[in-house]
Amino acid sequence: MQWQGYLRKDGRKGIRNYLLVVYLVECAHHVAREISRHFSGEPVQLIGFAGCYPNAYADRIMNALCTHPNAGAVLLVSLGCESFNRKQLEENIRASGRPADTIVIQEAGGTRTAIDQGVKWVKQAVNIIKLVPTAPMSIEELIVGTVCGGSDGTSGITANPAVGRAFNRLVAANGTAIFEETGEMIGLEDIMSRRAITPELAIELKKSVEKAARYYTLMGHGSFAPGNADGGLTTIEEKSMGAYCKSGDSAISGLIKPGDRPTKPGLYLMDVVPDGDPKFGFPNINDSVEIVEMIASGCHMILFTTGRGSVVGSAISPVIKICANPATYRKMQEDMDINAGAILSGTATIDSVGDEIFTRILEVAGGNVTCSEQLGHQEFILTYKTFTPLGPACLPA
Amino acid sequence: MQKPIKLHPLDNVLILTDEQLGGLAGIGHKIADCLIREGEKIIKYGVPIGSATTTIEIGEHVHLHNMKSDYIPTYTIETPDKENNN
Repeated sequence: MQWQGYLRKDGRKGIRNYLLVVYLVECAHHVAREISRHFSGEPVQLIGFAGCYPNAYADRIMNALCTHPNAGAVLLVSLGCESFNRKQLEENIRASGRPADTIVIQEAGGTRTAIDQGVKWVKQAVNIIKLVPTAPMSIEELIVGTVCGGSDGTSGITANPAVGRAFNRLVAANGTAIFEETGEMIGLEDIMSRRAITPELAIELKKSVEKAARYYTLMGHGSFAPGNADGGLTTIEEKSMGAYCKSGDSAISGLIKPGDRPTKPGLYLMDVVPDGDPKFGFPNINDSVEIVEMIASGCHMILFTTGRGSVVGSAISPVIKICANPATYRKMQEDMDINAGAILSGTATIDSVGDEIFTRILEVAGGNVTCSEQLGHQEFILTYKTFTPLGPACLPA
Repeated sequence: MQKPIKLHPLDNVLILTDEQLGGLAGIGHKIADCLIREGEKIIKYGVPIGSATTTIEIGEHVHLHNMKSDYIPTYTIETPDKENNN
């Protein structure tokens, strides 16, 4: 199965072709938003980093996002005195073959002139990216991530195992799949690490879950709430499995951190828990942080499972929402791409929903619009974190 | 009434898909798919999620009263400190 992708200079291919307007500090947010608002209905999206102080992680993620295969051009919006290294970022984007420019509000002469300059640049750049060459793209070039949010008692028995089946098919077809949330694998580290393709990787996988356990203990997180037992969950292993089963049954080819890209097709675990002493608070303050981190690692799209009914989408990469609960689906149909709750209603099976998700992945890759795209969702957040580089055992040859 | 579902071929428990067992257990709860003896693993998603603390008859509700974690004791409001099921 093939479709037309947007061919980038580095050889990677995108399934979308967005122009990104990027604020580099909260002080530049308004100007960037006004520029992007001018192009509503066109493939122009707004993202940004709110912080004024430097952070190597945020810098790395922003560079990865601005050169993501789904991004065609980038306008940076700077106040002028923030610490983000805008010159290096613009240079990297240009080197990747994408049109790029920077508006510095203090140099432009204030809000209004900065907006005018930005709008002028975007107008011509939007036309330039329409000329980006396309090329046949296939599943071997596709990277898909999965995240769950707004979970309930049904998530772990319908939507999550169905995503696992879709991931099995994706990996069997030589595609790339990424799962995460090591904090919800506590108790499963032995089961998971057995799936590693090398013994050295197995040790790294185990270590990542142990790190999450330490971090969550320091943050004072409870891992099993009494409400979980009311919902039929008896043990922490069982609760963790509900989230973990999104990964399916394939062997695990590597461990990555946000911004690292898988080196070959296969299934990867993303470790999103910061290294070192807890410094900037909770590892991930909401679901969108994880979505953005997966996109920074190259995900073309995200499979998002929800029981209670999350409505989020994302900037840059489409989000396919898989609703675990049939009652939620009835109430929020417009927001949901897949009704995995049909498994509970007896009109579908885990396998049949897995197949449906797999088909939807290919349709969305081919340009079909998801519910959250249709509704205009472009959630985005980038926070402060600290990571040390990957060890050599994390990505076996 | 919908049939309970089996999540993985290796499982020895089934998952309820609506209110069953006379309303004692709802969606998401587990029932035994075969006779499970004391000490045997409870298998869900194809992996052990704990062990039986007593013999569990086929069709019986499987929960805090007849199984326990092999990892960390489960905290419930009824068993805050000492009376946990370990």
